[in-house]
Amino acid sequence: MTALLAARGLRLAFGGVKAADGVDLDVRAGEHLAIIGPNGAGKTTFINMVTGYLKPQAGEIAFEGRPILGLSPRRIVRLGIARSFQLPQLFTEHTVLQNAALAVASRGTFWSAIRPLLDGAHVAEASELLGRFGLSDLAGRRADALNEGARKLADIAMALALKPRLLLMDEPTSGVAASEKMAIVETLVRVLREAGVTAVFVEHDMDVVARFADRVAVWNQGRISALGPPATILEDPAVQRDVIGIRVREGADAAA
Amino acid sequence: MSRRALLELVAALAAAAIVLLVAALVPWLRFVLTIAIAKGIAVLGILLLLRAGQVSFGHALYVALAAYAAAFAAPRMPEALLLLPLGALVSGAVGLVVGLFVVRYREIFFGMLNLALSMVFYSVLEKFYALTHGTDGIRLPAIRYVGTALGPEEAGWATLAVAILLALGFGAFVRVYLLSPMGEALSAMKTRETRLEFMGIPARRVLLAAYVLSAVMAGCGGVIIAMTTRHVTPALAYWTASGELVFIAILGGAGSVFGPFLGAFGYELTRTYAAALVADAWQMILGIVLLGVILFAPGGLWGMGRSALRRRPAGEGAA
Repeated sequence: MTALLAARGLRLAFGGVKAADGVDLDVRAGEHLAIIGPNGAGKTTFINMVTGYLKPQAGEIAFEGRPILGLSPRRIVRLGIARSFQLPQLFTEHTVLQNAALAVASRGTFWSAIRPLLDGAHVAEASELLGRFGLSDLAGRRADALNEGARKLADIAMALALKPRLLLMDEPTSGVAASEKMAIVETLVRVLREAGVTAVFVEHDMDVVARFADRVAVWNQGRISALGPPATILEDPAVQRDVIGIRVREGADAAA
Repeated sequence: MSRRALLELVAALAAAAIVLLVAALVPWLRFVLTIAIAKGIAVLGILLLLRAGQVSFGHALYVALAAYAAAFAAPRMPEALLLLPLGALVSGAVGLVVGLFVVRYREIFFGMLNLALSMVFYSVLEKFYALTHGTDGIRLPAIRYVGTALGPEEAGWATLAVAILLALGFGAFVRVYLLSPMGEALSAMKTRETRLEFMGIPARRVLLAAYVLSAVMAGCGGVIIAMTTRHVTPALAYWTASGELVFIAILGGAGSVFGPFLGAFGYELTRTYAAALVADAWQMILGIVLLGVILFAPGGLWGMGRSALRRRPAGEGAA
Protein backbone atom coordinates (compact mmCIF):
# COMPACT_ATOMS: atom_id res chain seq x y z
CA MET A 1 0.00 0.00 0.00
CA THR A 2 1.36 3.42 -0.90
CA ALA A 3 1.88 6.06 1.73
CA LEU A 4 -0.30 9.17 1.43
CA LEU A 5 2.02 11.01 3.78
CA ALA A 6 5.63 10.02 4.34
CA ALA A 7 7.75 11.63 7.03
CA ARG A 8 11.47 10.81 7.17
CA GLY A 9 14.03 11.67 9.81
CA LEU A 10 12.06 14.57 11.36
CA ARG A 11 14.01 16.40 14.00
CA LEU A 12 12.85 19.39 16.03
CA ALA A 13 14.01 20.42 19.48
CA PHE A 14 12.69 23.26 21.63
CA GLY A 15 15.74 24.15 23.71
CA GLY A 16 16.67 20.86 25.35
CA VAL A 17 13.30 19.21 24.71
CA LYS A 18 13.37 16.90 21.71
CA ALA A 19 9.85 16.95 20.28
CA ALA A 20 10.97 14.95 17.25
CA ASP A 21 14.23 13.06 17.28
CA GLY A 22 14.47 11.23 13.98
CA VAL A 23 10.85 10.34 13.31
CA ASP A 24 9.90 8.13 10.35
CA LEU A 25 6.18 7.74 9.86
CA ASP A 26 4.02 6.67 6.93
CA VAL A 27 0.29 7.38 6.78
CA ARG A 28 -1.46 4.94 4.47
CA ALA A 29 -4.24 6.08 2.18
CA GLY A 30 -7.63 5.44 3.76
CA GLU A 31 -6.47 4.54 7.25
CA HIS A 32 -7.24 6.14 10.61
CA LEU A 33 -3.96 6.43 12.44
CA ALA A 34 -3.88 7.30 16.14
CA ILE A 35 -0.86 8.90 17.73
CA ILE A 36 -0.66 8.28 21.47
CA GLY A 37 1.97 9.09 24.03
CA PRO A 38 2.70 11.11 27.16
CA ASN A 39 2.03 14.84 27.33
CA GLY A 40 4.81 16.91 25.83
CA ALA A 41 6.10 14.00 23.75
CA GLY A 42 5.77 15.92 20.48
CA LYS A 43 2.46 14.65 19.08
CA THR A 44 0.98 18.08 18.38
CA THR A 45 4.37 19.18 17.07
CA PHE A 46 4.03 16.51 14.40
CA ILE A 47 0.69 18.01 13.27
CA ASN A 48 2.26 21.48 13.32
CA MET A 49 5.15 20.27 11.16
CA VAL A 50 2.93 18.54 8.61
CA THR A 51 0.66 21.59 8.29
CA GLY A 52 3.60 23.96 7.83
CA TYR A 53 3.13 25.82 11.12
CA LEU A 54 6.51 24.62 12.43
CA LYS A 55 9.56 23.80 10.35
CA PRO A 56 11.63 20.79 11.45
CA GLN A 57 15.37 21.30 11.84
CA ALA A 58 15.97 18.21 9.73
CA GLY A 59 14.00 15.66 7.78
CA GLU A 60 11.53 15.44 4.92
CA ILE A 61 7.77 15.27 4.57
CA ALA A 62 6.12 14.18 1.34
CA PHE A 63 2.38 14.27 0.60
CA GLU A 64 1.33 12.10 -2.33
CA GLY A 65 4.99 11.86 -3.26
CA ARG A 66 5.45 15.63 -3.31
CA PRO A 67 7.77 17.32 -0.80
CA ILE A 68 5.81 19.83 1.28
CA LEU A 69 8.42 20.99 3.74
CA GLY A 70 8.85 24.76 3.71
CA LEU A 71 5.44 25.45 2.19
CA SER A 72 3.14 27.84 4.04
CA PRO A 73 0.12 26.46 5.95
CA ARG A 74 -2.05 28.01 3.23
CA ARG A 75 -0.32 26.18 0.38
CA ILE A 76 -0.43 22.91 2.29
CA VAL A 77 -4.17 23.27 2.87
CA ARG A 78 -4.62 23.82 -0.86
CA LEU A 79 -2.75 20.55 -1.51
CA GLY A 80 -5.34 18.63 0.51
CA ILE A 81 -4.23 18.53 4.14
CA ALA A 82 -6.62 20.04 6.71
CA ARG A 83 -6.43 20.12 10.48
CA SER A 84 -8.63 20.61 13.50
CA PHE A 85 -7.49 22.02 16.81
CA GLN A 86 -7.27 20.88 20.40
CA LEU A 87 -8.85 24.20 21.35
CA PRO A 88 -11.53 24.71 18.69
CA GLN A 89 -10.67 27.69 16.48
CA LEU A 90 -14.10 28.97 15.50
CA PHE A 91 -15.03 32.46 14.34
CA THR A 92 -16.82 33.30 17.56
CA GLU A 93 -18.82 36.28 16.29
CA HIS A 94 -20.28 34.23 13.44
CA THR A 95 -22.98 31.58 13.56
CA VAL A 96 -22.11 27.91 13.20
CA LEU A 97 -23.61 27.98 9.71
CA GLN A 98 -21.51 31.00 8.74
CA ASN A 99 -18.40 29.27 10.06
CA ALA A 100 -19.09 26.20 7.95
CA ALA A 101 -20.13 28.23 4.90
CA LEU A 102 -16.93 30.27 5.05
CA ALA A 103 -14.93 27.05 5.13
CA VAL A 104 -16.89 25.77 2.12
CA ALA A 105 -16.36 29.07 0.28
CA SER A 106 -12.64 29.12 1.07
CA ARG A 107 -12.20 25.99 -1.02
CA GLY A 108 -13.59 27.24 -4.28
CA THR A 109 -13.74 30.38 -6.33
CA PHE A 110 -13.18 32.47 -3.27
CA TRP A 111 -11.75 35.56 -4.89
CA SER A 112 -14.28 35.80 -7.66
CA ALA A 113 -17.19 35.28 -5.31
CA ILE A 114 -18.84 38.64 -4.82
CA ARG A 115 -22.21 36.95 -4.35
CA PRO A 116 -23.30 36.57 -0.72
CA LEU A 117 -21.59 33.97 1.42
CA LEU A 118 -24.97 32.75 2.55
CA ASP A 119 -26.30 32.08 -0.93
CA GLY A 120 -27.79 28.79 -2.12
CA ALA A 121 -24.71 26.74 -2.95
CA HIS A 122 -22.55 27.51 0.08
CA VAL A 123 -25.42 27.22 2.51
CA ALA A 124 -26.69 23.99 1.01
CA GLU A 125 -23.31 22.34 1.32
CA ALA A 126 -22.60 23.79 4.77
CA SER A 127 -26.04 22.71 6.07
CA GLU A 128 -25.61 19.23 4.68
CA LEU A 129 -22.20 18.99 6.35
CA LEU A 130 -23.53 20.21 9.70
CA GLY A 131 -26.35 17.69 9.34
CA ARG A 132 -23.85 14.85 9.00
CA PHE A 133 -22.22 16.02 12.24
CA GLY A 134 -25.60 16.25 13.98
CA LEU A 135 -25.23 20.03 14.34
CA SER A 136 -28.27 21.11 12.30
CA ASP A 137 -30.15 22.37 15.36
CA LEU A 138 -27.22 24.59 16.31
CA ALA A 139 -26.61 26.06 12.84
CA GLY A 140 -28.13 29.44 13.74
CA ARG A 141 -26.30 29.78 17.06
CA ARG A 142 -23.26 31.93 17.51
CA ALA A 143 -20.13 29.79 17.70
CA ASP A 144 -19.24 31.11 21.16
CA ALA A 145 -22.56 29.89 22.56
CA LEU A 146 -21.87 26.16 22.02
CA ASN A 147 -20.80 23.57 24.55
CA GLU A 148 -17.36 22.02 24.19
CA GLY A 149 -18.55 18.88 22.41
CA ALA A 150 -20.40 20.84 19.73
CA ARG A 151 -17.47 23.23 19.35
CA LYS A 152 -15.15 20.27 18.77
CA LEU A 153 -17.46 18.84 16.12
CA ALA A 154 -17.94 22.21 14.43
CA ASP A 155 -14.17 22.68 14.38
CA ILE A 156 -13.70 19.30 12.67
CA ALA A 157 -16.62 20.01 10.32
CA MET A 158 -14.83 23.18 9.18
CA ALA A 159 -11.69 21.18 8.45
CA LEU A 160 -13.71 18.57 6.56
CA ALA A 161 -15.49 21.30 4.56
CA LEU A 162 -12.14 21.88 2.85
CA LYS A 163 -12.51 18.37 1.32
CA PRO A 164 -9.05 17.26 2.41
CA ARG A 165 -7.53 13.92 1.48
CA LEU A 166 -5.70 13.94 4.81
CA LEU A 167 -7.33 15.22 8.01
CA LEU A 168 -5.21 15.83 11.11
CA MET A 169 -7.11 16.06 14.38
CA ASP A 170 -5.48 17.26 17.58
CA GLU A 171 -7.23 15.54 20.51
CA PRO A 172 -10.74 15.48 19.04
CA THR A 173 -12.33 14.47 22.35
CA SER A 174 -10.27 16.38 24.94
CA GLY A 175 -12.21 18.76 27.14
CA VAL A 176 -15.46 16.99 26.35
CA ALA A 177 -17.61 15.61 29.17
CA ALA A 178 -17.04 11.86 29.60
CA SER A 179 -20.73 11.19 28.98
CA GLU A 180 -20.57 12.91 25.57
CA LYS A 181 -17.27 11.46 24.48
CA MET A 182 -18.31 8.19 22.85
CA ALA A 183 -21.24 9.84 21.06
CA ILE A 184 -18.80 12.28 19.49
CA VAL A 185 -16.47 9.45 18.52
CA GLU A 186 -19.33 7.51 16.92
CA THR A 187 -20.28 10.60 14.92
CA LEU A 188 -16.69 11.13 13.80
CA VAL A 189 -16.12 7.50 12.81
CA ARG A 190 -19.32 7.52 10.76
CA VAL A 191 -18.66 10.87 9.04
CA LEU A 192 -15.02 10.14 8.25
CA ARG A 193 -15.77 6.66 6.89
CA GLU A 194 -18.53 8.12 4.70
CA ALA A 195 -16.20 10.83 3.45
CA GLY A 196 -13.49 8.24 2.85
CA VAL A 197 -10.91 10.63 4.25
CA THR A 198 -7.57 9.51 5.66
CA ALA A 199 -7.23 10.69 9.24
CA VAL A 200 -4.45 11.09 11.77
CA PHE A 201 -5.50 11.91 15.30
CA VAL A 202 -3.69 12.60 18.52
CA GLU A 203 -5.59 11.08 21.44
CA HIS A 204 -5.17 10.36 25.14
CA ASP A 205 -8.28 8.26 25.69
CA MET A 206 -7.49 4.60 24.94
CA ASP A 207 -11.18 3.68 24.59
CA VAL A 208 -11.42 6.24 21.79
CA VAL A 209 -8.25 4.88 20.20
CA ALA A 210 -9.53 1.31 20.36
CA ARG A 211 -12.82 2.33 18.76
CA PHE A 212 -11.42 4.62 16.11
CA ALA A 213 -7.93 3.59 15.01
CA ASP A 214 -6.79 1.17 12.33
CA ARG A 215 -3.21 1.63 13.47
CA VAL A 216 -1.62 3.18 16.52
CA ALA A 217 1.73 4.98 16.71
CA VAL A 218 3.26 5.49 20.13
CA TRP A 219 5.18 8.76 20.31
CA ASN A 220 7.62 8.76 23.16
CA GLN A 221 10.43 11.25 23.84
CA GLY A 222 10.48 12.40 20.24
CA ARG A 223 10.49 8.92 18.72
CA ILE A 224 7.97 6.39 17.48
CA SER A 225 8.52 3.63 19.99
CA ALA A 226 5.84 1.28 18.66
CA LEU A 227 3.55 1.08 15.63
CA GLY A 228 0.86 -1.44 14.76
CA PRO A 229 -2.77 -2.43 15.01
CA PRO A 230 -4.55 -1.32 18.21
CA ALA A 231 -5.06 -4.88 19.48
CA THR A 232 -1.30 -5.49 19.47
CA ILE A 233 -0.14 -2.04 20.57
CA LEU A 234 -2.61 -1.52 23.39
CA GLU A 235 -1.67 -4.96 24.83
CA ASP A 236 2.06 -4.29 24.59
CA PRO A 237 3.46 -4.20 28.17
CA ALA A 238 5.86 -1.35 27.37
CA VAL A 239 3.05 0.69 25.83
CA GLN A 240 0.75 -0.15 28.72
CA ARG A 241 3.37 1.19 31.08
CA ASP A 242 3.47 4.47 29.10
CA VAL A 243 -0.29 4.60 28.72
CA ILE A 244 -0.98 3.73 32.32
CA GLY A 245 1.63 6.30 33.25
CA ILE A 246 -0.45 8.94 31.44
CA ARG A 247 -3.59 7.89 33.21
CA VAL A 248 -1.98 8.06 36.62
CA ARG A 249 -0.48 11.48 35.89
CA GLU A 250 -3.72 12.89 34.55
CA GLY A 251 -5.55 11.54 37.59
CA ALA A 252 -2.98 13.16 39.86
CA ASP A 253 -3.36 16.48 38.02
CA ALA A 254 -7.10 16.34 38.39
CA ALA A 255 -6.81 15.60 42.10
CA ALA A 256 -4.28 18.37 42.68
CA MET B 1 -33.26 40.71 -3.75
CA SER B 2 -34.23 39.90 -0.19
CA ARG B 3 -36.94 41.82 1.61
CA ARG B 4 -34.38 43.36 3.89
CA ALA B 5 -32.19 44.52 1.00
CA LEU B 6 -35.22 46.09 -0.63
CA LEU B 7 -36.13 47.84 2.62
CA GLU B 8 -32.60 49.21 2.93
CA LEU B 9 -32.64 50.40 -0.67
CA VAL B 10 -35.91 52.27 -0.08
CA ALA B 11 -34.48 53.73 3.15
CA ALA B 12 -31.33 54.88 1.33
CA LEU B 13 -33.32 56.54 -1.46
CA ALA B 14 -35.63 58.17 1.07
CA ALA B 15 -32.61 59.46 2.99
CA ALA B 16 -31.18 60.89 -0.26
CA ALA B 17 -34.51 62.62 -0.95
CA ILE B 18 -34.58 64.06 2.57
CA VAL B 19 -31.05 65.40 2.16
CA LEU B 20 -32.03 67.13 -1.10
CA LEU B 21 -35.20 68.50 0.50
CA VAL B 22 -33.34 69.89 3.52
CA ALA B 23 -30.71 71.40 1.23
CA ALA B 24 -33.47 73.10 -0.75
CA LEU B 25 -35.32 74.40 2.33
CA VAL B 26 -32.24 75.52 4.28
CA PRO B 27 -29.79 76.68 1.59
CA TRP B 28 -26.83 77.28 3.89
CA LEU B 29 -27.01 73.63 5.06
CA ARG B 30 -26.26 72.36 1.54
CA PHE B 31 -22.54 72.91 2.11
CA VAL B 32 -22.63 71.15 5.50
CA LEU B 33 -24.57 68.20 4.08
CA THR B 34 -22.17 67.78 1.14
CA ILE B 35 -19.17 67.72 3.48
CA ALA B 36 -21.01 65.26 5.76
CA ILE B 37 -21.65 62.89 2.85
CA ALA B 38 -18.02 63.16 1.71
CA LYS B 39 -16.87 62.21 5.21
CA GLY B 40 -19.47 59.45 5.34
CA ILE B 41 -17.97 57.93 2.18
CA ALA B 42 -14.50 58.04 3.75
CA VAL B 43 -15.88 56.48 6.95
CA LEU B 44 -17.35 53.59 4.92
CA GLY B 45 -13.71 52.61 4.37
CA ILE B 46 -12.99 52.90 8.10
CA LEU B 47 -15.97 50.59 8.66
CA LEU B 48 -14.38 47.90 6.47
CA LEU B 49 -11.23 48.01 8.60
CA LEU B 50 -13.28 48.03 11.82
CA ARG B 51 -14.89 44.78 10.66
CA ALA B 52 -11.43 43.24 10.77
CA GLY B 53 -10.92 44.72 14.24
CA GLN B 54 -8.40 47.27 12.96
CA VAL B 55 -8.57 51.02 13.54
CA SER B 56 -6.63 53.42 11.33
CA PHE B 57 -5.72 56.75 12.92
CA GLY B 58 -4.31 57.99 9.63
CA HIS B 59 -6.94 57.78 6.93
CA ALA B 60 -7.02 61.54 6.51
CA LEU B 61 -3.86 60.81 4.51
CA TYR B 62 -5.99 59.43 1.69
CA VAL B 63 -8.59 62.19 1.96
CA ALA B 64 -5.83 64.81 1.67
CA LEU B 65 -3.91 62.96 -1.06
CA ALA B 66 -6.92 62.91 -3.35
CA ALA B 67 -7.92 66.47 -2.43
CA TYR B 68 -4.42 67.75 -3.34
CA ALA B 69 -4.37 65.60 -6.49
CA ALA B 70 -7.63 67.30 -7.49
CA ALA B 71 -6.24 70.73 -6.59
CA PHE B 72 -3.09 70.19 -8.69
CA ALA B 73 -4.99 68.77 -11.66
CA ALA B 74 -7.96 71.15 -11.60
CA PRO B 75 -6.32 74.13 -13.41
CA ARG B 76 -5.60 71.92 -16.44
CA MET B 77 -8.54 69.56 -16.08
CA PRO B 78 -11.44 71.29 -14.29
CA GLU B 79 -13.84 68.40 -14.88
CA ALA B 80 -15.52 66.78 -11.84
CA LEU B 81 -16.02 63.47 -13.59
CA LEU B 82 -12.26 63.23 -14.27
CA LEU B 83 -11.04 64.62 -10.94
CA LEU B 84 -13.00 62.03 -8.96
CA PRO B 85 -11.45 58.97 -10.67
CA LEU B 86 -8.04 60.68 -10.54
CA GLY B 87 -8.31 61.20 -6.78
CA ALA B 88 -9.55 57.64 -6.29
CA LEU B 89 -6.67 56.30 -8.37
CA VAL B 90 -3.99 58.30 -6.53
CA SER B 91 -5.33 57.33 -3.11
CA GLY B 92 -5.85 53.71 -4.18
CA ALA B 93 -2.31 53.42 -5.58
CA VAL B 94 -0.72 54.93 -2.47
CA GLY B 95 -3.07 52.78 -0.36
CA LEU B 96 -1.74 49.69 -2.13
CA VAL B 97 1.90 50.58 -1.49
CA VAL B 98 1.31 51.62 2.13
CA GLY B 99 -1.08 48.72 2.61
CA LEU B 100 1.50 46.11 1.61
CA PHE B 101 3.47 47.35 4.60
CA VAL B 102 0.84 48.14 7.25
CA VAL B 103 -1.31 44.99 6.85
CA ARG B 104 1.57 43.09 8.45
CA TYR B 105 0.69 44.82 11.70
CA ARG B 106 -2.35 44.62 13.95
CA GLU B 107 -4.26 46.77 16.39
CA ILE B 108 -2.27 49.55 18.04
CA PHE B 109 0.68 49.09 15.67
CA PHE B 110 -1.61 49.23 12.65
CA GLY B 111 -3.29 52.35 13.99
CA MET B 112 -0.07 54.12 14.91
CA LEU B 113 1.72 53.32 11.63
CA ASN B 114 -1.17 54.85 9.73
CA LEU B 115 -1.03 57.87 12.01
CA ALA B 116 2.72 58.24 11.49
CA LEU B 117 2.47 58.06 7.70
CA SER B 118 -0.36 60.59 7.61
CA MET B 119 1.69 63.00 9.73
CA VAL B 120 4.67 62.59 7.40
CA PHE B 121 2.41 63.62 4.54
CA TYR B 122 1.07 66.52 6.61
CA SER B 123 4.64 67.77 7.13
CA VAL B 124 5.41 67.45 3.43
CA LEU B 125 2.33 69.53 2.58
CA GLU B 126 3.27 72.12 5.16
CA LYS B 127 7.01 72.44 4.44
CA PHE B 128 7.27 72.22 0.64
CA TYR B 129 5.99 75.74 0.24
CA ALA B 130 7.08 76.19 -3.39
CA LEU B 131 4.85 73.32 -4.44
CA THR B 132 2.02 73.23 -1.89
CA HIS B 133 1.92 76.84 -0.61
CA GLY B 134 2.25 75.45 2.92
CA THR B 135 -0.53 76.26 5.34
CA ASP B 136 -1.99 78.76 2.88
CA GLY B 137 -3.09 75.81 0.78
CA ILE B 138 -4.22 75.80 -2.82
CA ARG B 139 -7.38 77.29 -4.29
CA LEU B 140 -9.28 75.34 -6.91
CA PRO B 141 -10.71 77.01 -10.03
CA ALA B 142 -14.40 76.64 -10.87
CA ILE B 143 -15.10 73.00 -11.72
CA ARG B 144 -17.05 71.89 -14.80
CA TYR B 145 -19.60 69.12 -14.70
CA VAL B 146 -19.73 66.96 -17.85
CA GLY B 147 -18.01 69.81 -19.66
CA THR B 148 -20.54 72.43 -18.52
CA ALA B 149 -19.43 75.50 -16.60
CA LEU B 150 -21.88 76.19 -13.75
CA GLY B 151 -22.55 79.15 -11.52
CA PRO B 152 -21.68 78.80 -7.80
CA GLU B 153 -25.28 77.89 -6.92
CA GLU B 154 -25.61 75.20 -9.61
CA ALA B 155 -22.11 73.88 -8.91
CA GLY B 156 -23.08 73.42 -5.24
CA TRP B 157 -26.11 71.40 -6.26
CA ALA B 158 -24.11 69.39 -8.76
CA THR B 159 -21.47 68.49 -6.17
CA LEU B 160 -24.17 67.45 -3.70
CA ALA B 161 -25.78 65.29 -6.38
CA VAL B 162 -22.46 63.63 -7.25
CA ALA B 163 -21.80 63.06 -3.53
CA ILE B 164 -25.21 61.44 -3.05
CA LEU B 165 -24.75 59.18 -6.09
CA LEU B 166 -21.31 58.11 -4.89
CA ALA B 167 -22.65 57.49 -1.38
CA LEU B 168 -25.45 55.30 -2.75
CA GLY B 169 -23.02 53.45 -5.01
CA PHE B 170 -20.33 52.85 -2.41
CA GLY B 171 -22.95 52.06 0.24
CA ALA B 172 -24.47 49.36 -1.97
CA PHE B 173 -21.03 48.05 -2.86
CA VAL B 174 -19.85 47.82 0.75
CA ARG B 175 -23.09 46.14 1.75
CA VAL B 176 -22.59 43.44 -0.91
CA TYR B 177 -18.89 43.18 -0.09
CA LEU B 178 -19.49 42.60 3.64
CA LEU B 179 -21.90 39.75 2.90
CA SER B 180 -19.54 38.10 0.40
CA PRO B 181 -16.92 35.53 1.47
CA MET B 182 -14.31 38.32 1.28
CA GLY B 183 -16.26 40.45 3.72
CA GLU B 184 -17.06 37.57 6.04
CA ALA B 185 -13.37 36.59 6.02
CA LEU B 186 -12.63 40.18 7.03
CA SER B 187 -14.78 39.90 10.15
CA ALA B 188 -13.50 36.35 10.75
CA MET B 189 -10.01 37.87 10.97
CA LYS B 190 -11.14 39.77 14.01
CA THR B 191 -11.77 36.58 15.99
CA ARG B 192 -9.47 33.85 14.55
CA GLU B 193 -6.93 35.01 12.04
CA THR B 194 -4.77 31.86 12.20
CA ARG B 195 -7.75 29.66 11.37
CA LEU B 196 -8.14 31.55 8.10
CA GLU B 197 -4.61 30.57 7.09
CA PHE B 198 -5.38 26.94 7.93
CA MET B 199 -8.41 27.22 5.65
CA GLY B 200 -6.22 28.40 2.78
CA ILE B 201 -7.45 32.01 3.01
CA PRO B 202 -4.64 34.61 2.84
CA ALA B 203 -5.63 36.86 5.75
CA ARG B 204 -3.20 39.64 4.89
CA ARG B 205 -4.51 39.89 1.35
CA VAL B 206 -8.08 40.00 2.65
CA LEU B 207 -7.06 42.95 4.82
CA LEU B 208 -5.05 44.52 1.97
CA ALA B 209 -8.07 44.44 -0.35
CA ALA B 210 -10.15 46.17 2.33
CA TYR B 211 -7.36 48.67 2.95
CA VAL B 212 -7.07 49.65 -0.71
CA LEU B 213 -10.86 49.97 -0.95
CA SER B 214 -10.85 52.16 2.15
CA ALA B 215 -8.17 54.38 0.57
CA VAL B 216 -10.21 54.68 -2.64
CA MET B 217 -13.33 55.68 -0.70
CA ALA B 218 -11.38 58.17 1.42
CA GLY B 219 -10.00 59.55 -1.84
CA CYS B 220 -13.47 60.09 -3.32
CA GLY B 221 -14.48 61.82 -0.10
CA GLY B 222 -11.38 64.00 -0.40
CA VAL B 223 -12.15 65.11 -3.98
CA ILE B 224 -15.73 66.02 -2.99
CA ILE B 225 -14.40 68.05 -0.07
CA ALA B 226 -11.94 69.79 -2.41
CA MET B 227 -14.66 70.58 -4.95
CA THR B 228 -17.03 71.81 -2.23
CA THR B 229 -14.63 74.03 -0.28
CA ARG B 230 -12.53 74.85 -3.41
CA HIS B 231 -9.58 75.25 -1.08
CA VAL B 232 -7.25 72.52 0.21
CA THR B 233 -4.89 72.95 3.16
CA PRO B 234 -2.57 70.60 5.06
CA ALA B 235 -5.20 70.52 7.85
CA LEU B 236 -6.98 67.88 5.73
CA ALA B 237 -4.15 65.45 6.59
CA TYR B 238 -3.71 66.47 10.23
CA TRP B 239 -4.20 63.74 12.84
CA THR B 240 -7.35 65.37 14.19
CA ALA B 241 -8.93 64.88 10.75
CA SER B 242 -8.11 61.16 10.96
CA GLY B 243 -9.48 61.05 14.47
CA GLU B 244 -12.65 62.72 13.22
CA LEU B 245 -13.21 59.81 10.79
CA VAL B 246 -12.85 57.26 13.59
CA PHE B 247 -15.09 59.41 15.80
CA ILE B 248 -17.78 59.42 13.10
CA ALA B 249 -17.43 55.65 12.61
CA ILE B 250 -18.03 55.01 16.33
CA LEU B 251 -20.78 57.62 16.58
CA GLY B 252 -22.63 56.11 13.61
CA GLY B 253 -21.94 52.48 14.44
CA ALA B 254 -20.16 49.77 12.47
CA GLY B 255 -23.19 47.50 12.20
CA SER B 256 -24.48 48.80 8.88
CA VAL B 257 -23.51 50.90 5.87
CA PHE B 258 -26.01 53.48 7.15
CA GLY B 259 -23.85 54.00 10.25
CA PRO B 260 -21.10 56.12 8.65
CA PHE B 261 -23.65 58.50 7.11
CA LEU B 262 -25.77 58.76 10.25
CA GLY B 263 -22.56 59.45 12.15
CA ALA B 264 -21.37 62.02 9.62
CA PHE B 265 -24.68 63.92 9.62
CA GLY B 266 -24.81 63.77 13.43
CA TYR B 267 -21.24 64.98 13.69
CA GLU B 268 -21.40 67.80 11.17
CA LEU B 269 -24.80 69.08 12.32
CA THR B 270 -23.83 68.93 16.00
CA ARG B 271 -20.64 70.76 15.15
CA THR B 272 -22.40 73.40 13.10
CA TYR B 273 -25.17 74.11 15.60
CA ALA B 274 -23.04 73.69 18.71
CA ALA B 275 -20.46 76.07 17.25
CA ALA B 276 -23.21 78.62 16.58
CA LEU B 277 -24.84 78.27 20.01
CA VAL B 278 -21.84 77.80 22.30
CA ALA B 279 -18.87 78.92 20.26
CA ASP B 280 -16.19 77.95 22.78
CA ALA B 281 -17.60 74.65 23.93
CA TRP B 282 -18.62 72.73 20.83
CA GLN B 283 -15.83 70.17 21.25
CA MET B 284 -17.09 69.57 24.77
CA ILE B 285 -20.58 68.87 23.46
CA LEU B 286 -19.20 66.45 20.87
CA GLY B 287 -17.09 64.79 23.56
CA ILE B 288 -20.12 64.28 25.79
CA VAL B 289 -22.11 62.88 22.85
CA LEU B 290 -19.33 60.40 22.05
CA LEU B 291 -18.98 59.42 25.70
CA GLY B 292 -22.71 58.78 25.82
CA VAL B 293 -22.56 56.65 22.67
CA ILE B 294 -19.67 54.53 23.93
CA LEU B 295 -21.21 54.01 27.38
CA PHE B 296 -24.85 53.54 26.49
CA ALA B 297 -25.06 52.68 22.79
CA PRO B 298 -21.97 50.80 21.63
CA GLY B 299 -23.80 50.09 18.35
CA GLY B 300 -23.78 53.84 17.59
CA LEU B 301 -26.67 55.83 16.16
CA TRP B 302 -27.49 52.96 13.79
CA GLY B 303 -27.63 50.49 16.70
CA MET B 304 -29.87 52.86 18.68
CA GLY B 305 -32.25 53.24 15.76
CA ARG B 306 -32.40 49.53 15.11
CA SER B 307 -33.10 48.54 18.70
CA ALA B 308 -35.83 51.22 18.81
CA LEU B 309 -37.42 49.59 15.76
CA ARG B 310 -37.13 46.13 17.28
CA ARG B 311 -38.77 47.20 20.49
CA ARG B 312 -41.98 47.90 18.58
CA PRO B 313 -44.59 45.15 18.73
CA ALA B 314 -44.04 42.32 16.25
CA GLY B 315 -45.75 42.59 12.87
CA GLU B 316 -45.36 46.33 12.73
CA GLY B 317 -42.86 46.27 9.92
CA ALA B 318 -39.75 45.62 12.00
CA ALA B 319 -36.65 45.37 9.78
